[in-house]
Amino acid sequence: MTMMKKLLTSAVASAMMATGAQAAISNDTVKIGYLADMSGTYRDLAGPNGLKAMEMAIADFGGEVNGAKIEVVSADDRNSADVASSTVRRWVENEDVDLVAGLVASSVSIAVSDILEENGRLGIVSGSAASSITNEHCTPNHIHYVYDTYPLANGTASAVVKEGGKTWYVLTADYAFGHALEGDVTRVVEANGGEIIGTLRHPFPTPDFSSFILQAQASGADVVALANAGADTTNAINTASEFGLTQSGQTLAALLLFLNDVKALGVEAAQGIQLTTGWYWDMNDETRAWSDRFMEETGARPTMIHAGVYSSTMQYLKAIEATGSDDAQTVRKQMMNTPINDMFTKNGVIREDGRMVHDMYLAEVKTPAESKNEWDLYKILRTIPAEEAYRPLSESKCPLVNK
Amino acid sequence: MSMIFGVPLAVLSGQLLIGVINGAFYALLSLGLAVIFGLLKIINFAHGAMYMLGAMVTVIMFDVMGVNYWVALFMAPLLVGAVGVLIEYFLLRRIAGQDHIYSLLLTFGIALLMQGVLTNIYGVSGLRYSMPDLFKGGINLGFMFLPYYRAWVIGIALVVCFGTWFMIEKTKLGAYLRAGTEDAQLMQGFGINVPLLVSLTYGFGVALAAFAGVLAAPIYSVTPVMGSHILITVFAVVVIGGMGSISGAIITGILMGVVEGLTKTFYPPASSAVIFLVMVVVLMFRPAGLFGKEA
Repeated sequence: MTMMKKLLTSAVASAMMATGAQAAISNDTVKIGYLADMSGTYRDLAGPNGLKAMEMAIADFGGEVNGAKIEVVSADDRNSADVASSTVRRWVENEDVDLVAGLVASSVSIAVSDILEENGRLGIVSGSAASSITNEHCTPNHIHYVYDTYPLANGTASAVVKEGGKTWYVLTADYAFGHALEGDVTRVVEANGGEIIGTLRHPFPTPDFSSFILQAQASGADVVALANAGADTTNAINTASEFGLTQSGQTLAALLLFLNDVKALGVEAAQGIQLTTGWYWDMNDETRAWSDRFMEETGARPTMIHAGVYSSTMQYLKAIEATGSDDAQTVRKQMMNTPINDMFTKNGVIREDGRMVHDMYLAEVKTPAESKNEWDLYKILRTIPAEEAYRPLSESKCPLVNK
Repeated sequence: MSMIFGVPLAVLSGQLLIGVINGAFYALLSLGLAVIFGLLKIINFAHGAMYMLGAMVTVIMFDVMGVNYWVALFMAPLLVGAVGVLIEYFLLRRIAGQDHIYSLLLTFGIALLMQGVLTNIYGVSGLRYSMPDLFKGGINLGFMFLPYYRAWVIGIALVVCFGTWFMIEKTKLGAYLRAGTEDAQLMQGFGINVPLLVSLTYGFGVALAAFAGVLAAPIYSVTPVMGSHILITVFAVVVIGGMGSISGAIITGILMGVVEGLTKTFYPPASSAVIFLVMVVVLMFRPAGLFGKEA
């Protein structure tokens, strides 16, 4: 039945294109499903405020596209690939959802993108980190927008190795995202002349890091890298400072740290930590203006994911407006052909593997003396140009890439 | 350096000590559960939420009123204990004598409610709480660096555990309590206010969880979801020790901390599952748990 539907849809779509007729928007409605962790570990970095960012984009777009109304549904994936899969199946099979956005835990994104491919719908991944999402797990039905583990490793790990951190011990969250980040870090450290002398895979989530920090300490590595996220990272940083890790001469490198994590740690504990980010609210007038609006709506400053959800929703709606269609392939092609210029990025480009490549930034957490208010947290040390930041297509394992 | 299974002895000793410290947390939490189940036959799924509430109250009292750690150590358990008494009085009492599943579902609902409301207000990134100045820093034991605060946690947790055991098993109040739950009518005949005793017992069990929460506040991320992770582990500890056994809860708590610590050293990915593995094995051979009495 699905196969039949797929065939019919593509036949109709190509017939329309051939005759130059205006392709239609199905049911006169563009329906977007926002799927994210709304209550667990990753709530604050995406969660309900990401939904708010999406609604801001839809309101700014005018609430409708080419006369068709724009509807939003949302759900909590509870960081579970199973929960996410059944939700998305319901959305695409019974509720005619055209786009699934948000998508935070990498395991969730990988599971969901398969369902989207089966059903010919589109996904825009904003929250996930695993670079495998557009590498071995790429599909013609999803786009990875904000960042991935490749630039995280490229930015932070290469900066730390260049500062003299030659031997590394990596604490890795034991699931898809952690494994991807560990792999990317290993590559960058070794390419820069460093060495990984130990890795430790810890369960996700882990409330107590004392045992792992002790093992990292005993390894004698120059650098203890955290290939984890959210509460795992903040717990690890807190425990490292409690056990005097940095006082004993080791460097702590947090490979993925979000604005809300740094705020939770406070500049006192987090000062001097270097991190890679896809966006920061206080970069220029455009980012500040949008962030002020966001803060009025939510009471918090946006993370890079919130900004990415806004930007990607805008790009998606613009592509529908331009093509007059909500067909996944038509929209994706249009999005790939349109460079992205907005408050999130300048000259961002979506490649054939679905990766949106754009400039990334190496940032450092300010000292208490430098920080003027509770959200004044980063100074940007350098811009990592798009072509340097992301995995080049020549190294891609994605079957969509023509080599 | 001498090695055991490829791990240097010094590292292993450090891990054992860390295991005992975490075990002290488990002991404190499972003790409260055991008291509530042993005396009231309530399966308290709100225990993790009460632990969380203890930590949250500590942070909030500091932010709003500047209440320091030492005051919080008494105030937070008292406040959360009072919440417990209210819950017992208004809700749990209504399902007394019913199947255990009712108390389980009711307390689970209460936990979800508290967690949800606080998540909406405070988010999940974690609230900041500084360690009292007295405990900043630590001591180098040669095989590991021991933060003063962790040493304090193990000391005070053991004192509280022993005190509770002593009170219930060796004092007159404890005797009333045990008798009251055995035969409420008879005790009431003797002029003992059994319902009040039940309320206070639940409040006390909950206060123990809150006390563990205060101890946790300076070292873990204080978030509304912190209790949900630890709850299931603590339940497993209670089951291994024998549901309702006070001394079983304490000893098993510390033992499981050590087992988990060793797993974290030899095969970290299994560390979140090892306690459940132990539970399966124990239940196969001793269905009532290590220290439980056969029914």
